[in-house]
Amino acid sequence: MLQINCPWCGSRAEIEFTCGGEGDIARPTVTDTMTDAQWGDYVFMRKNPKGLHYEQWLHSSGCGRWFNALRDTVSYRFDAVWKFGESRPATVVTHVHTGGAQ
Amino acid sequence: MQKFSIWSLLRNSVSYHEGWQKQWRSPEPKSEYDVVIIGAGGHGLATAYYLAKEHNVRNIAVVERGYLGGGNTARNTTIVRSNYLWDESTALYEKSMKLWEGLSQDINYNVMFSQRGVLNLGHSLQDMRDIERRVTANRLNGVDGEVVTPAQIKEMIPFINLNTRYPVLGASLQRRGGVARHDAVAWGYARAADAHGVDILQNCEVTGIRRDSGTVVGVDTAKGFIKAKKVAIVAAGHSSVIASMADIRLPIESRPLQALVSEPLKPIFPNVVMSNAIHAYISQSDKGDLVIGAGVDQYIGYGQRGSYQTIEHMLQAIVEMFPLFSRVRMNRQWGGIVDVTPDACPIIGLTPVKGLYINCGWGTGGFKATPGSGWVMAHTVAQDRPHALNEALCLDRFYNGHLIDEHGAAGVAH
Repeated sequence: MLQINCPWCGSRAEIEFTCGGEGDIARPTVTDTMTDAQWGDYVFMRKNPKGLHYEQWLHSSGCGRWFNALRDTVSYRFDAVWKFGESRPATVVTHVHTGGAQ
Repeated sequence: MQKFSIWSLLRNSVSYHEGWQKQWRSPEPKSEYDVVIIGAGGHGLATAYYLAKEHNVRNIAVVERGYLGGGNTARNTTIVRSNYLWDESTALYEKSMKLWEGLSQDINYNVMFSQRGVLNLGHSLQDMRDIERRVTANRLNGVDGEVVTPAQIKEMIPFINLNTRYPVLGASLQRRGGVARHDAVAWGYARAADAHGVDILQNCEVTGIRRDSGTVVGVDTAKGFIKAKKVAIVAAGHSSVIASMADIRLPIESRPLQALVSEPLKPIFPNVVMSNAIHAYISQSDKGDLVIGAGVDQYIGYGQRGSYQTIEHMLQAIVEMFPLFSRVRMNRQWGGIVDVTPDACPIIGLTPVKGLYINCGWGTGGFKATPGSGWVMAHTVAQDRPHALNEALCLDRFYNGHLIDEHGAAGVAH
């Protein structure tokens, strides 16, 4: 089982978390002129990369708060976690093996 | 192709079985093909076979990154059934079921298709209402199905514990459902396709899809560029990776789905039991192993392994329902990468690139559909338009909103 660092609570077992899927999907603000193709793309289409993936996670059985994560979809390693409102880490500074993000 | 029969078996036994030919060739790629199929799993090989057999396409290659049948074809729990809810999906799965029923004869290869019956358990009143609705829908669509009581389940499986944390209140039963030997399906289709002249190119990873003004012209592979009039992506878990080579976005998330098998036991388990509510399903292979499957993991993963808590969760459910398996040792555990769509239905059809076709999104239920999937995909590629059976299952349903929600009948928790 993975150890995942909640930016608020620290390192906890994977079973406490819920993966919220791909992160950084902005809801369109001007919606009345959008085509079906644009709606379909926003609602359903996903990057689904083999490699690094920006995701959102929920510490559902812990503090109940959402956070951002950068995770490798092959090794499953979390390269970084950060709170909403914080800027994305410029470089990968921490990961689970060394105690996680601050 | 050497035909398998009782006579060929007898003839070869005289020569100590040393006279059998290789079942398919390992050719070098030609410079050009009419159709190149990406992915030599069950679906890709079936597509090649039906293209050659039903549509008379002669110049076909199936390119494969690893070895044929080495991906999800070898990683599933071999369950075959067609008791889905909606008309569009049921029609396709039932087409598949009809092909299964004659498959061993058709491809002259014993796929060990065994119609031992599939039970989908209900653990709550709502489960039972859903089961009755689905069985009724099945019967209206000409698919066999019945609702069975706990007493009937107990009669079939005397050692089942019905009085569990989530008591078993009944089940749907499809008697024509069952299991087949998954490796044999890949090998049988490979052999039959090869006999029709299909080139199966293993260890030949596709690295790019070349296009010229919106039309596909070929694929770049580890063995060089292969020119192609048509290209079909049948790549399961790696569909998004391949499709992105042609700048196509898919509504797919590739997730680990785990399964495990036990040490071989004497025959004890008479049919297939699935439970959507408690995320576990079980059957016994002809070799004697218990084959047990789980729900999908919660995150995207290409690692062909999943989370331990998923295995624990599934085994808790199995052991509570079947306490006599509590001390059975598990031999092997693995994960496959399943391509999950938002509506648990596959995507089979054309793409925005001319001459490029896609068959993906089978998620947790692709094995049962192998023959039907290949059959409609062959039609789609050959005729450049979907067959009636898959025209509701094209990519455009995610743009026009005509989704077909099969989460209830998919049988595996997403």
